[in-house]
Amino acid sequence: MSDTVESVGNVVGGTGPGGGNGRGNGARQLLASGFGVFARQREATVLVVTVALLLYFGLSDASSFVSQVNAVDLLSELMAPIAIIAIGEVLLLICGEIDLSVGFIYTFAPFVMLYAVTDYHVPAALAVLLGLLSGVLAGWVNGFLTVTLRVPSFIATIGTGFMLWGLALTVSSAEPQEIPPSSVSAGKVLGIPSNPWQWMPFIWAVVLVLIFHIVLTRTRWGLYTVAAGGNLLGAREAGINVGRIKYGNFMITGFMGALVGLQTAFYTNNVDPSAGGYQPMFYAVIAAVIGGTAMLGGSGTILGAFLGAVVLATLTDGFDIIGISANPLPIIFGGAILVAMIANVQLARLRQAGRTL
Amino acid sequence: MTAQHQFPQATGGAGPATDEVLHAEHISKRFGAVTALVDVTVRLNRGEVLGLIGDNGAGKSTLLKIFCGFQQPDSGRILLNGEEVTLKSVMHARSLGIDVVYQDLALVNELSVYHNMFLNREEVRGPLLSNRLMRRIARDHLDEMGVHIPSVNVPVASLSGGQRQAIAVARAVFGNAKVLLLDEPLAAMGAKEVAMILDLIKDLKRRGDVSIIIIAHNYGQVLEICDRVNLLQHGEITLDKLSQDTSVQELNDIVVAEYRRALEERQRSA
Repeated sequence: MSDTVESVGNVVGGTGPGGGNGRGNGARQLLASGFGVFARQREATVLVVTVALLLYFGLSDASSFVSQVNAVDLLSELMAPIAIIAIGEVLLLICGEIDLSVGFIYTFAPFVMLYAVTDYHVPAALAVLLGLLSGVLAGWVNGFLTVTLRVPSFIATIGTGFMLWGLALTVSSAEPQEIPPSSVSAGKVLGIPSNPWQWMPFIWAVVLVLIFHIVLTRTRWGLYTVAAGGNLLGAREAGINVGRIKYGNFMITGFMGALVGLQTAFYTNNVDPSAGGYQPMFYAVIAAVIGGTAMLGGSGTILGAFLGAVVLATLTDGFDIIGISANPLPIIFGGAILVAMIANVQLARLRQAGRTL
Repeated sequence: MTAQHQFPQATGGAGPATDEVLHAEHISKRFGAVTALVDVTVRLNRGEVLGLIGDNGAGKSTLLKIFCGFQQPDSGRILLNGEEVTLKSVMHARSLGIDVVYQDLALVNELSVYHNMFLNREEVRGPLLSNRLMRRIARDHLDEMGVHIPSVNVPVASLSGGQRQAIAVARAVFGNAKVLLLDEPLAAMGAKEVAMILDLIKDLKRRGDVSIIIIAHNYGQVLEICDRVNLLQHGEITLDKLSQDTSVQELNDIVVAEYRRALEERQRSA
C-alpha cells in the first residue's frame, strides 16, 4: 500500500532505471490514475467556486434564492441548457474540434418538430424524434465538412450555423409560433412549466452528464476521443479510426443542441426563431473551459463542465435575485474565462517542464 | 504466414546463410525527381539487431517507411519469413508482425501508461474498459521487460523521453511484433536514458524472439548494440559488415570521405 502512495507522489520528473516500480494492487488504488487525480483536482477547484457562489447568494437573500421557484429557474431553465450543450462541446474540444453551430441547431430543430406536426400531421412524439434526428443530421454535416472535406471546424460550423439560422428565419418568416395544444403533452418528458415536469430539463442534464462522463472516462469511445485530440498521428498510427470519433462527437453535439432547442420550445410553449443562437453555444464553451477543458485538445472533463454550467447559471440567477444589474455579468464571465484559460495554460507549462527534466 | 521454412541464401552481405526473418531485395523508390533508394537489398536475420546508418537524406527513413508499410516501393520485393509480402499499410504490416516505433509519435501524452500500452486493443467488459486488468497486465509486462517507471497509472506526459521510448518499444513487443523498426530511438537523450534503451534492446536480443532494425547516428552506440551494420549512401547500401568486423574509425572515415567529395564538387561547380 505504501508503494501506491509513493508511486503517485513520484510522478513529475519520473526517475530513471531503478525507480519505484509501482506494484501496488490496482484494485486498491483509490486514485486510479495520475491523470484522473489531475482532472479531479481541476474539478475540485470549480466545485469550491460553485459551493462558494451558492452559499453567497443563498445567504444574501435566502428567502428568494432558496425557494422551489428559484431552484427551477436556476437548475432547469438556466443551468440545464448550458450543461447539456457543454457535454457535446467538451467531447469535441477534447478531440480537437469545436462546434459553433450548435446554438443554431437549437434554433432550427424545434421547427422540424413543429412543421412535422402542423404540415405533415406526424404524431407529436414522432415529431420530437424527427427534431432530435435533424440535430444529429446537422452534426453529421459538420463532421462531413470537417473530417471528410477537411475544413477546420471553427469555420465549417460558422457556415452551417448561419445556414441553419437562415433556414429557421425563412421557414418561420421570423415569427415565433405556438406549439399546437394537442402536442404539448408530448413535451412532458422533455420538460414543461408545470410540476413535476418542470424538473425534467434538470433531470435530463444530470442523467446525460453522468452517462457521458462514463462514456468519456470508462469506454473506448472516450479513450479514442482523448487520443484523437492528444496525438492525432499517433492515434491514427495505432489504427484508431479518428474520423469516426470526430463524426460521432459532432453528431452527439448536434443531438444535444436539438434536445435543448426542443426543451426550450416546450418549456416556453413557443417555437421562436430568435431562441438559441450564439449565446447558449458560447456559454457551453465557457462552462467547458471553466471546468478544465483545454482548447487545444487532449484533456477535459464533463463533470467539470457541469460545474462550470452551475457557476454560470448561479451568477446569472444570483445577480437577478439580489437585485444587482445584470449589465456587469459579461465582465465576470469574461474574467472567469481568462482566469480558467490562464490556469490551464500555466498548468500545461508546468507539466511540460516536469517532462523535460 | 506462420510457415518458417528456410530459403536459399540471398545475395550479398557478410556472414553465413542463416534464418532470415526479413529480406528486401532490389528496392527502389523515387519521389518526383528525387531518387531516394536506388537498388537496395537488406536482410535481417532472426533475433538479430541491424544498425542502419548514413547521412541525412541517404534514404534510411524511406527504407524504414517501406518496411513498416507506410510507403510502397517502386520496384523490388519484400520477403517475410521467406514469403513474398506486399505491405499495404502500417496496420497491415503490424498484423504481419512488423512494427515501427517513431520517437514521440507513438504515444498519447494525455493518456496513462497502461492505456497507451493497450491503445486500440483494450480489454473490455461489455462497453466498459477493464482498467484493472489492463493495469495489471501492463505492469507485469513492463516488469518482465525490465522497464522501470514510477507507476503505470501516470500520464505518459510525466515521463522522461527515455521512459516514453521504452514504453513505445514495450508496446510494440506486447503487440506481438516480430520485426521491430526503431527510428532514432536514442536521439535527444541523456547518457542515462541511452543506457536504459540500450539495456532494453540488449534484453530483447537475449530473448531472441524479436529482430530489430535501428536507425541511429552515434556509431559507438550502433556498434555496441547491433550485430551488423548497413551503411546507406545516396540511396544505396555501400557497406554491410558485422559489428565486430568494423570500427567507429572505419565508419567515420567513410562518411568523412563522403563530405570531402561533396565539398570538392561544390568548389568545382562554384
